Amino acid sequence: MTRTRNLYLIPYAAWMLLFVATPIVLIVYNSFFDVEGHFTLGNFQKFLTPVYLRMTFNSFWYALLITAFSLLVAYPTAYWLTRTKHKQLWLLLVIVPSWINLLLKAYAFIGLFGTYGFVNSVFEMVGIGTQQILFTDFSFVFVSVYIFIPFMILPIYNAIEELNPSLVYASRDLGASPWMTFRRVVFPLTLGGVKAGCQAVFIPALSLFMITRLIAGNRVVTLGTAIEQHFLVTQDWGMGSAIAVLLIIVMAVIMLMTGNRGARNTIR
Amino acid sequence: MTQLVRLFLAVFIAAFGLMYWTSYLNSSHGYSGSDTLTIYNWGDYIDPELIAEFEKETGLKIIYQTFDSNEAMMTKIEQGGTTFDVAIPSEYAISKMKEENLLLPIDHAKIPNLTNIDSRFMDLSFDPGNQYSIPYFWGTVGIIYNTEMLDGKTFTSWNDLWSEDLRNQILLVDGAREVIGFGLNSLNYSLNDTNEEHLQEAKRKLGTLTPNVKAIVGDEIKMLLAGEEAAVGVVWSGDASEIMDQNDKLDYVIPEEGSNLWFDNMVIPKTARNLEGAHKFINFMLDPEVAARNTEYVGYSTPNAEALKLLPEDISGDERFYPDPELTDKLEVYKNLGKKMLSHYNELFLEFKMHRK
Repeated sequence: MTRTRNLYLIPYAAWMLLFVATPIVLIVYNSFFDVEGHFTLGNFQKFLTPVYLRMTFNSFWYALLITAFSLLVAYPTAYWLTRTKHKQLWLLLVIVPSWINLLLKAYAFIGLFGTYGFVNSVFEMVGIGTQQILFTDFSFVFVSVYIFIPFMILPIYNAIEELNPSLVYASRDLGASPWMTFRRVVFPLTLGGVKAGCQAVFIPALSLFMITRLIAGNRVVTLGTAIEQHFLVTQDWGMGSAIAVLLIIVMAVIMLMTGNRGARNTIR
Repeated sequence: MTQLVRLFLAVFIAAFGLMYWTSYLNSSHGYSGSDTLTIYNWGDYIDPELIAEFEKETGLKIIYQTFDSNEAMMTKIEQGGTTFDVAIPSEYAISKMKEENLLLPIDHAKIPNLTNIDSRFMDLSFDPGNQYSIPYFWGTVGIIYNTEMLDGKTFTSWNDLWSEDLRNQILLVDGAREVIGFGLNSLNYSLNDTNEEHLQEAKRKLGTLTPNVKAIVGDEIKMLLAGEEAAVGVVWSGDASEIMDQNDKLDYVIPEEGSNLWFDNMVIPKTARNLEGAHKFINFMLDPEVAARNTEYVGYSTPNAEALKLLPEDISGDERFYPDPELTDKLEVYKNLGKKMLSHYNELFLEFKMHRK
C-alpha cells in the first residue's frame, strides 16, 4: 500500500528536483563566482553597497504600493462580484485580460498614456491640459496594479463566496451595523483569501522588470531590472544570481511570515 | 473526464495538423531539399526583392529568419539546433562570438566583390584582416531632434543636451556603452576610456543630465520619437533614419566631439551547412548594384564604395549618414573592454539610472 503510494509520488518528486531544487542550487552556486569565473564573496559584498540597497528599498516600496492598491481595488470588486446576478460572466471579464500577453498590454498603455494618447486627449477636452503620465511613478504603479489585479481578486472572491451567509445575518440580527459586520465578521473570515492574494501580487511585483522600462522608462529601477541586465547585457551571471538568491531568501521569509497562520484559515 | 479527454484530443489534433500543414507548405515551395540557405538577420534589414533575385540566380532557396538582439542571436547559435548559414551580428557580438569559437573563417577567394568595400571599413580592431566577417552596414550614434518642437533649435555638440530648456525632453537608448560613451565623449575622452577617474567624471556629469531625461527606453524609442512623445533622442543612426522616414520634422546630427562607429557584418556561424551558398550570398550582397538597392531600401550607411557611387546624390551626399572625413576620424569603434570593464560600465549606467530628479 505505502509502496504504491510512494510510486505515485515519483513524478512530483522528480519535477520538484529537476525544476525547483536544481535551478535554485545552480543559482546559489553561480552567485559565488565573479565575471572571470573565480570563486568570490564579492557579489554579496557588492549587494551591500548603497546602489543595490537603494534598489532593494525601491523594489520593496513599489511592490508594497502595488499590493496595497491592488487590495484596495480588489476587495470591494470581489465583494461586489459575489453579490451580482451573472457571477460567472463578470468573473470571466476579470480573468480575460490576464490571457493577453503582458508585452501587448504594456504597449497598449504606452499608447493610452502618451502625450498624444487617449487619456491626454480626454484631459485636454475637459480642460485639465496635457499631463505627463507615461514614465512616471503613477503610471508604473497603475499599470502594475492593472496587470496583477486578477490574482488578487480571485482568492478574495473565493473566500467571500465560501463565507457562510448565515454568519452575516446573525451579526445583523444581533444588532451590528453593516460596517461592524464587515470589520468583525466578513473581513476576518476572508483574511485567508486576502493573504493569498497579497502573496500572489507582492512576490512577482518584487522582481518586476520590463514594465520598469516600457512604462516607467527606467525611472524606476528594481532588482528585477538589475537581474535582467546582469544576465543579458553584462553577462555577469554571478551578480545576477547573487541578487536572485537574496530575493529568494526574502520571499521565503515573507511566505513563512504570512503563510503560517493563513494556512489554517484559508478556505479553499 | 470525457471533456478533459476531448480537450487534450483537440489540442493534439490541432498541433499535428499544423505540423503536417507546415511540412506540406515547405515541400510544395521546395524548402525541403538540400539546396537551402538559412539567413539569420535583424528584422526588416534586407530588400526582400533581392532575396528573390538571389534565389533565381543561384537556384538556392532562402529561409529567412530574424532576431531582435545580438544576445538572442548568440544564444540561439550557441545552442545549435537550427542551421544558420549566414548571420548578421554587430561588431561587439562578432568579437564575442570569435572568442567563443562560434564563427567559421570566410574564404576571401570566393568573394571577389570584396574589393568594392571601402578600405576604411576593413581590418578593424574587432576582426583583424576580416577573417570572420564582411561589412554589411555601418552607422553612428548621435542626437535626433524635433526641429518643430524645439522652435528651430539645433545641435552640434553632446553638451547641447545639458541645455536648461530641454527639461524632461530627452529619450536615451537603453545601452550602457552608448550612454556612458557619450558622457565620456562630451568630456572629450575616448568612448573606450578605462581610466577610473574619467569614468567617474563622466558618471557625475551624466548625473546632472537627469532632469532633462524623460526616459531610458529600448526599441520603443523609435515609436516614441516619431510620435513626438519627446523632442530629443540619443539613438543609433539606423534608428534615426527609420524615425525620420516616419516623421520628417526630425533631424539627426553626429556631435562634433565624436561618437561611436558601429558595424553590422555578415558572418558564417559554426552552425552553417551550406558553406558554398553562404559565400555566394555574401558575394551577392557586395555586388555594387545589389548593395545600392539594399541601401536605398534599408536606409543605413553602406560600406560599399562602388555602391555609394551608384546612389543618388541626396543619399550619398547626406552628411548625417556619410560624415566628412574630418568627423569620421573622430568616430570610434567600441573596443572589447573585457567582461570586467563591461560589467563596470554597466554598474555606472545602473547608478545613472538610479539618479532621481
